[in-house]
Amino acid sequence: MALADARAICPDLATRPADLPAEAAALASLRRWASRYAPMVASDGADGLMADISGVPHLFGGEADLRDDLQARLERVGLAAVSAIAGTRGSAHALARHGGGIIPDGRLAEGIAHLPVTALRVDHATAEALSRVGLARIADLIPLPRAPLAQRFGQGLVMRLDQALGQHAEPVAAEPDPPHFGVRITLPDPIGLQADVMAGLARLLDRLCDKLAATRMGARRVRLELRRVDRGVALVEIGLARPMRDPTRISALFAKGVDDIDAGFGIDAMRLTAPVVEPLAPEQLGGTTMRHEDALADLLSSLGNRIGFDRVLRLLPADSLIPERSQILAPAAYSTAEPAPKRTGPDRPVTLFAPEPVSAVSGHPPARFRWRRMHFTTLRAMGPERITPEWWFDDPAWRSGLRDYWRVETREGPRLWLFVTPQKQNADWPGPAGDKNWYVQGEFA
Amino acid sequence: MRFEPVSGDAFTLRPKRVHEAQGRGRRAFAWFQAARHSGPVVWILPSHSPEIPMLRGLPHRVGQRLHLLRPVGEADLLWCVEESLRAAPIGLVIAEPTQPLSLTAGRRFQLAAEAGCTTGLMLIQTDAGSNATESRWTCEPTASLHADSTLHHWSLNKNKQGTFGDWIVNWNGASAAFDMVSETGKRQQPAEQAR
Repeated sequence: MALADARAICPDLATRPADLPAEAAALASLRRWASRYAPMVASDGADGLMADISGVPHLFGGEADLRDDLQARLERVGLAAVSAIAGTRGSAHALARHGGGIIPDGRLAEGIAHLPVTALRVDHATAEALSRVGLARIADLIPLPRAPLAQRFGQGLVMRLDQALGQHAEPVAAEPDPPHFGVRITLPDPIGLQADVMAGLARLLDRLCDKLAATRMGARRVRLELRRVDRGVALVEIGLARPMRDPTRISALFAKGVDDIDAGFGIDAMRLTAPVVEPLAPEQLGGTTMRHEDALADLLSSLGNRIGFDRVLRLLPADSLIPERSQILAPAAYSTAEPAPKRTGPDRPVTLFAPEPVSAVSGHPPARFRWRRMHFTTLRAMGPERITPEWWFDDPAWRSGLRDYWRVETREGPRLWLFVTPQKQNADWPGPAGDKNWYVQGEFA
Repeated sequence: MRFEPVSGDAFTLRPKRVHEAQGRGRRAFAWFQAARHSGPVVWILPSHSPEIPMLRGLPHRVGQRLHLLRPVGEADLLWCVEESLRAAPIGLVIAEPTQPLSLTAGRRFQLAAEAGCTTGLMLIQTDAGSNATESRWTCEPTASLHADSTLHHWSLNKNKQGTFGDWIVNWNGASAAFDMVSETGKRQQPAEQAR
């Protein structure tokens, strides 16, 4: 039914857009929970779980009790679910989607006989063709000879039927769990001393780093949750300048955060997770360059954790002639150094700032001018170097049109980078403003 | 008193110590020193400072070694300086404090520099330095009569282990190479006593 039709019938219909990733995540967590019933649990389509419970039911007191237990637990958390237990994967799938129940051992054919043929996981066209010839239930299919059936409706139907009846093996393929980088520790007595917390952290870090090493990953962020006796949670999170799995070096970064937390009446549980991980190949030990890089990364980590990783920067060259855009200030933790471009063409200043207007200009290029409350007399001016704005970017600073840059050496000493905007219109009278629009944008060494 | 052998020329900063530079040309002096030091260079400037280095104007092979820190507030800036000085792999730490350095801060920097074997250079406002500094330079850009020279007037006002000095230097800002310019006349005077 289309949504418009449904709304016409029921105007108060409440609709929500489907959130497929969230549903998949919920199913994945349900799958983790369902592993309490079986060692192998696989997701079955977008809305089902398939568990291989061979050898398990007697632990719960039989199949019926197992199913009751499962249903009761799901009901208690508010999940409406239908479950079925059968000898084959196909039969369980079919029965779970048509009422649920239990098919006793050896009575598969009778158990699923009353179900419609669509329960056999066949595609829509096959199901329609079957109903056209009057084969509506699985009971109609079972006595038919296989060869004509395969010839008429394809090999797929026969395979699905064989799988449902157990004549064709179909194991439960449980996908491996993604590695989970989290460890926790519960303490018999609450602790409150900083040294105790750090000792607990060291134990957790050893285990976390072993996990990381086993999967060849390195942590980029590490989060420590400390549960207090009064159920409050203190949180310490650190970032790392590069993937790392060295317990002592990570532990050093936690020292400041652990210093700041309020332990209240004591801490009785600790949990350490690595929410962000990146691949980290095993490294060669030793070597001075490696040690230097490690030490530099440690410094950047500790700096970034105090002043913020967006304030520990690196200058990267960018491909633009516009002075402001010829370089990028990139966070050092998330970029690698690039060799600086060669110094070709006209000189560039060593210090760059936002354009500052100069006043009391006389001449072109200015022979005398005033900037930052200082008077300057030009000794030598080199230029102009004309830079045109990049028309594909609308930069508010460059709306005044092209710029003519001059290197001006003053008698007073400073060597300044001045520019004039010849295209800028003056507000007072029509025509180019010319000499009025001089700015300083940089200072040479 | 123990004399240490002079290594390099007059502009070699004593390693493992923190130095100060003031005057309008202090940034040029800092870049000159950055070009002469190997290893990573850390430049710490306050986050509100509008003046940032321009990569294409920096001396040769300094840009790729440069780390720029922009902490908020003076306390964080001083902390960054101390932490960077204490880190062994750093070649040179350059910082632009906005407030006068206290004697305590200056002394802590010296201890950190000694611990990390790192050289530091504070770009201070005029007369806002600390007494704990190893040497203090006053740097001014100077107008040159010839178009192909870029003159700097660098004078050494304070020096804990050596003499004062006054130099006119021609350094073009591209490499670590420089020329002494001898026609100032001031160099003919006897050097002033250190203490």
